[in-house]
Amino acid sequence: MGTVNIKIDGKEFAVKEGEYILNAARANDIFIPAICYLTRCSPTLACRICLVEADGKQVYACNAKVKEGMEITVDTPNILEERRAIMEVYDVNHPLQCGVCDKSGECELQNYTLELGVDSQSYMIPDTKRETTNWSSVLHYDAGLCIVCERCTTVCKDMIGDAAISTTKRGGEALDKGFKDTMPKDAYAMWNKLQKSIIAPSNGTEYTNCSDCGECVAVCPVGALASRDFVYTSNAWDLKRTPATCAHCSSGCQIYYETKPASIEDRDEKIFRVTNEWNYVSLCGAGRFGYDFENRTAGKDEKAFAAAVEAFKKAESIRFNSVITNEEALMLQTLKEKMGLKLVNPDAQAFQKFLSAYSDASGQSLYSYDFKEVMATDFVMSVGASLRNDNPNARYAFNNVQKMNKGAGLYFHPVGDNLVPTFGKNVEIFTHKVGLEEAALYLILDLFADADKLPADVKEYIAGFKTSGTKTIKEKVMKDVTETVVDEETGEEKEISKKVPEMVEKEVTVEKNGLVELLGKQSDAFADSFEKIMKKKESFSLIIGEDLYFHEKAENIAKLIALIEQTSSVRVAMIPPKTNSLGVALICDLDEEATGYTIGYNENGDFKLSALADGDLDMPAMNQQEGTLTNMHKRVTPTNAALEYKGYELNDIMKALIGAPDETIDWTVKLPVEKGFKSVEFDTLPNGYLNNGTENRGYQLTSKSKKAKEIKVDKIDESIVPEGEIVYRCNPQRQFNDFSDKAHEIFEAFGLYASPARAEALGNKVEIDFGDRRITVDVIADERMDGDIAALSDFKSAQDVYGLFGKSRYKTVTMRKV
Amino acid sequence: MGLEQFKNRNVGTQNYKMLDLGETPKSGWCQFKQVVKRTFKGELIVGLWVTFREMINALFRGQMHTVKYPFEKLPISPRYRAIHDMLRLLESGHYRCIGCGLCEKICISNCITMDTRYDENQRKEVSEYTINFGRCIFCGYCAEVCPELAIVHGPRYENASEQRASFSLFEDMLTPIDKLNLQQEYDGFGAVSPNADDNIKPTPLAY
Repeated sequence: MGTVNIKIDGKEFAVKEGEYILNAARANDIFIPAICYLTRCSPTLACRICLVEADGKQVYACNAKVKEGMEITVDTPNILEERRAIMEVYDVNHPLQCGVCDKSGECELQNYTLELGVDSQSYMIPDTKRETTNWSSVLHYDAGLCIVCERCTTVCKDMIGDAAISTTKRGGEALDKGFKDTMPKDAYAMWNKLQKSIIAPSNGTEYTNCSDCGECVAVCPVGALASRDFVYTSNAWDLKRTPATCAHCSSGCQIYYETKPASIEDRDEKIFRVTNEWNYVSLCGAGRFGYDFENRTAGKDEKAFAAAVEAFKKAESIRFNSVITNEEALMLQTLKEKMGLKLVNPDAQAFQKFLSAYSDASGQSLYSYDFKEVMATDFVMSVGASLRNDNPNARYAFNNVQKMNKGAGLYFHPVGDNLVPTFGKNVEIFTHKVGLEEAALYLILDLFADADKLPADVKEYIAGFKTSGTKTIKEKVMKDVTETVVDEETGEEKEISKKVPEMVEKEVTVEKNGLVELLGKQSDAFADSFEKIMKKKESFSLIIGEDLYFHEKAENIAKLIALIEQTSSVRVAMIPPKTNSLGVALICDLDEEATGYTIGYNENGDFKLSALADGDLDMPAMNQQEGTLTNMHKRVTPTNAALEYKGYELNDIMKALIGAPDETIDWTVKLPVEKGFKSVEFDTLPNGYLNNGTENRGYQLTSKSKKAKEIKVDKIDESIVPEGEIVYRCNPQRQFNDFSDKAHEIFEAFGLYASPARAEALGNKVEIDFGDRRITVDVIADERMDGDIAALSDFKSAQDVYGLFGKSRYKTVTMRKV
Repeated sequence: MGLEQFKNRNVGTQNYKMLDLGETPKSGWCQFKQVVKRTFKGELIVGLWVTFREMINALFRGQMHTVKYPFEKLPISPRYRAIHDMLRLLESGHYRCIGCGLCEKICISNCITMDTRYDENQRKEVSEYTINFGRCIFCGYCAEVCPELAIVHGPRYENASEQRASFSLFEDMLTPIDKLNLQQEYDGFGAVSPNADDNIKPTPLAY
């Protein structure tokens, strides 16, 4: 996109074309007050305080776009008067108990009241009683403090996609008509709206039906919304903020752990809450509330350490998962190189294989898009990802495209989902049979690929699905009708001919697309709606999820994806299955099976290193260690230790075994450059955002290009479609691993999640027979699921659900009520 | 202050006044005479008379100048900054502290800590409060910053104890509920100024 030149208060700036004035000003460090606006969300126009003068006209900076040569004045006497009146109105009846408010000085209402110099109050109205309520297991809403800026509802709809809260009637007294004439226009309009509304769950009940992400809490400018656990426990200024990277899923969002001593008796630091830069990154419930998974150890257990060193000496393999830092992955790889240990990590290995098949075919070592780029497109597709559960940020991107870019989307997944269709009316859902992901990709090829670029056999294969048939459609035809009417005044008869619409049945030839039918949708209906949603679309992205890495035909799928990129303008972003799967896949040489004496790192093994305090030697948890993580945005981000750790870490074992540098972070510079990492010292890595939204965190991986092979793809293999009762390996929302499970504010239980109808049929508890092994679990109804496929959680490593499923995410099983 | 007196290092020219000390006894006999003379001079009686007079005044005329310290104490200025008191609301008897944490923040020796929580009445409750008197320098900032006049400096200046913890908990500092009627409004550090009413602007909220 190009740039345009504008002038703000006489200073010239070159800003992005099509940008809102407010964002352009913020990017250039010009302050325009604004309460209700959120970057990355649609303008709400609730506060009206961002009023500026552009080319002599008063406009709202949050929803007026910049134009070439625009001259903007931030403050004029009239605007200052409006702003002051608005702030006075916000202060009407706002409680003055700032001393006990959880916002404790971080309050935007306080800041703007001071900024605009409100020192007296000219307006008044009787207050309405507003009750404090708990919206969910984590959300606490104090309506008395709410200024109805609607930031919470905006973020919930435009970013999160739940739309779980909305404004509702307050039942406040009507404004005195006299104010209309005496007070500034915008202030009156804003007050009129404010006096009428309050925020409440949008489903009409007392409780929100949402994914409990807590983003509404983060964006609240006042103390109205808080987490139930945090309410009245600490002042903001007491908390020490440690910038870190969330270690629950592969999104690797930037977070701040906020710590202070736990209590008067216990002076050890405790994490009180997690906050984020909500203008630039949105967290999920696990990131925000799953923070207390630290491993508290009394000290260095020398006996256990000696045993660990011995265990490493006799070990043949190490089993680990992807909730480790790049540095630790590199240590393990070094162990493999120096001591010949086998490294076993099923999730990273599946992803590694998939990625290498993809890069062989496409010629680049990494997928092309990160999720920020996905968010900027206007047509987004998702194949093989349970968007709601696998990766919240991928879901936010999918939703944001619908809401902000007037976008459209295709969602391919075997498990029915009730949430994704609500993201936008231009979302088409394919609930296809398990195993038909290849068909989905062929359909994408059919829809988007440039037919000339496709290999002849693929072209022919796709054409083979097309059949033409006839269809009767009703069409509106304008027909001439002549009528005789009598003129009322003169009594003359006149003949008038006019056109009347009439429905006519007509036979047309339609092309039937066998691929669409194969994926379980009506071909002609889809063709119609596809034509509609494709209008004015320019950029296309495709999200690839974990189902495809654990697919029998994963290699062919990877090639298909490369082919899509080669022949169309669709760009691909992948969701690594676990936290640092991408990093592990790049750094480690992984093996298939563990043999002999096995060391488990946060996994089962003959000797267990564990950050969960259930192993033979304690390890630091992610909030207790420094290091870098590679996230799905192909970025290497630093994380810092928020809490003290007194025990041994992996680097100490390395020192004892083969010699290692002093600190874990000394490994950061040694990360393999040939895989795209950079040789940078840990301490030089930044971890924050710039004013214009630039992600200034760590560094971006470099994608290495090589010569692409000619892509030969296989046909759709329908024989792999399983029959019978199918179970899907998928975690509930907010659960990712043992660490999120350990956190006390994450309540989602381990079990078999099913749609309400299916759950009722299954009963309270079932025994799932996987053939060689069985597992007995509770059945939990998930209102947002649909269809017959049930989802078995995999976040408890002790249950070894990965082992049950093997190399697939779907398994045919028999279930028995217990 | 000028520095002249320090700069004048010529001490030899100062004017000394010499005392008349008499003759120093030279022989043993002379020394004996001096001792006898000083012993029976009668000045002893003069001194004893002053003591005797004051004893009579104190015991019989009610002019006692000392107090029986551990049993009696002198009144001290309200501005004296000794061990803190936590006051209660006079009407309800509820403690005044709202748990805002300002004292904790302003404390320059970092000796105040509090735990707060969300209580059953949807209010912020101070579940625990402590001052480390091993570190407190009695600067009075906490009393000055307190928006509720809840924490004040009391007159309790005896800080000797078997252990420091003896004073430092909320209950130890809080006015005992049965002595609420004896609670004195504090006019030392942080108290409302005498003309406070004049400085308050009425809000337009007539409701």
